[in-house]
Amino acid sequence: MGRYVIRRLLQMIPVFLGSTFLIFVMVHALGDPVNALFGDRAPDPVVAAQIRKQYNLDEPLWLQYLIYMGNLFRWDFGTTFNGQSVTSLLATAYPATIKLTAVAFTIEVIFGVGFGLISGLRRGGWSDNTVLIFTLIVISIPTFVTGYVLQYLVGVQWGILPATAGEDLTLESLLLPGIVLASVSLAYVARLTRTTVAENSRADFVRTAVAKGLPRRRVVLNHLLRNSLIPVVTFLGADLGALMGGALVTERIFNIHGVGFYLYQGIVRQNTATVVGFVTILIIIYLAANLLVDLLYAVLDPRIRYA
Amino acid sequence: MPDLIEKKNAGIPAQRAESAAEPKPEKARSLGLDAWHDLRRRPIFIVSSLLILLLIAIAIAPGLFTSVDPRAGDLRNHYLSPPNYGHLFQADWFGYDGQGRSIYARVLYGARASVVVGICVTAGVTVLGGLTGMIAGYFGGWVDTLVSRITDIFFGIPLLLGALVILNAFTSRTVWSVVFALIALGWTQMTRVMRGSVITVKQADYVTAAKALGAGTFRILFKHILPNAIAPVIVVATIALGGYIATEATLSFLGIGLQDPTISWGIDINSAQKVIRTAPFALFFPAGMLSLTVLAFIMLGDAVRDALDPKLR
Repeated sequence: MGRYVIRRLLQMIPVFLGSTFLIFVMVHALGDPVNALFGDRAPDPVVAAQIRKQYNLDEPLWLQYLIYMGNLFRWDFGTTFNGQSVTSLLATAYPATIKLTAVAFTIEVIFGVGFGLISGLRRGGWSDNTVLIFTLIVISIPTFVTGYVLQYLVGVQWGILPATAGEDLTLESLLLPGIVLASVSLAYVARLTRTTVAENSRADFVRTAVAKGLPRRRVVLNHLLRNSLIPVVTFLGADLGALMGGALVTERIFNIHGVGFYLYQGIVRQNTATVVGFVTILIIIYLAANLLVDLLYAVLDPRIRYA
Repeated sequence: MPDLIEKKNAGIPAQRAESAAEPKPEKARSLGLDAWHDLRRRPIFIVSSLLILLLIAIAIAPGLFTSVDPRAGDLRNHYLSPPNYGHLFQADWFGYDGQGRSIYARVLYGARASVVVGICVTAGVTVLGGLTGMIAGYFGGWVDTLVSRITDIFFGIPLLLGALVILNAFTSRTVWSVVFALIALGWTQMTRVMRGSVITVKQADYVTAAKALGAGTFRILFKHILPNAIAPVIVVATIALGGYIATEATLSFLGIGLQDPTISWGIDINSAQKVIRTAPFALFFPAGMLSLTVLAFIMLGDAVRDALDPKLR
């Protein structure tokens, strides 16, 4: 187990370096941040040179990357052009997004697996067809449309939940954004669970469990569901990173100052340090979630062992 | 009475006989033909492909469906005037937007950007990802390791985020810059699908047979492996097409996708969002068209997957 984790961690290093380098190149090679800083005016060459020197922008790209990586190991994500340290931005933004993602992820798991289980057990019945049509519609409507429609109906017209989240994030104010963020993934999880549950419900081990007289509850939860969860967990792991990146749209609609908000500002203003810093953390979360998924396989299916 | 029975049996047994004969080797059909036979009888396939055909017709010639100029605004008379549902196919059918432009005309003209982005990105991604996936899967070894690591690297960067970074560098963005950004970030998904598919196919006996007969690498790849490995790629591509259309709209909505002279549902949704409380219809129609388009492609992908995947039958 320990050796497996170490091997996986070592394998992550090239992927981590590659992803961060890719985003570094994309941000730096496309467009000149110093020119962007001056807007439409041509920058004064002396000032521009000074700024370039201050942010190491006059060095070749690979050296800039090495300097950045070196600083990263001392937990220094650099400074933005207006003098804020990116580390402090990260510290304000990530808690908000993590709260939002946690709410969305909980909704996704509970309702996605729940709907999938119900429809997979009664394949062809009316509840199955309802879930299928409902998920198809949810997948087709883009998040920003769902967001505005729900905000308008639930938040403004009916006034059931707060329409925007604002500064202090309570569970109540995060419920609506959480539903919006979770909606598309929820539909995918429901469909995936439905397929695997329907497939496994014909499996021999389920027949055995029924034959030996186990109560239905136990058959479904301990035997059927547990064996059906592996593809679902794989999807959920990959989706965790996507949720945090996808919060861009949701955070904008519900006015949450999280990762998406600062990333968007960073991209539009070509604040390279912000973009690279935020994406680096996103990549680490994505890789960690994938590792966690692989370790969860062994919990779900004891036949899987990591030597 | 006997007449009725005859009629009743006329259609069904003929079909039964045909499907019963299917497994026999002399009536062997290719996977594609078999899938097509299956697809023609699915209502979901018929509905979605009719929708898509209509959409493509609108995208090619929006002028056939309306004579109104989608860019002509009249603020004095038409500022956010509500829809007139009785006036079918008229300028005021769906009402007017915040600049006094006909929403009906804009919804029709907006189809072009979405369809072009969807089809071009899917084609580009399929060709690029398909080729790299085929090479990685067939040759294996260090080529495979290299390609797989590259796809791993791209997977760490969310599509929307990367596209924002790339598109922000363009000062004037057209449909083609959006297509470029989405292809540049999306091809690795197809590489993975194709690679997996090729790895299972290349161990088949007919590939060994072709090798033994002295077929060249190029011939084996394109004549023997590609036709047998392409099914999962087609399925993923059809479903992804709807996703790319949604991504384009999201980018335009965020203000870093298409720009104003181009008509796009995403841009219209973005401007309608400010007046959602007074004029929800301005948001509803472009959003509805967008969702309907994505729905059509996802339904098509679902139907194609059911037809191409014999395991589900």
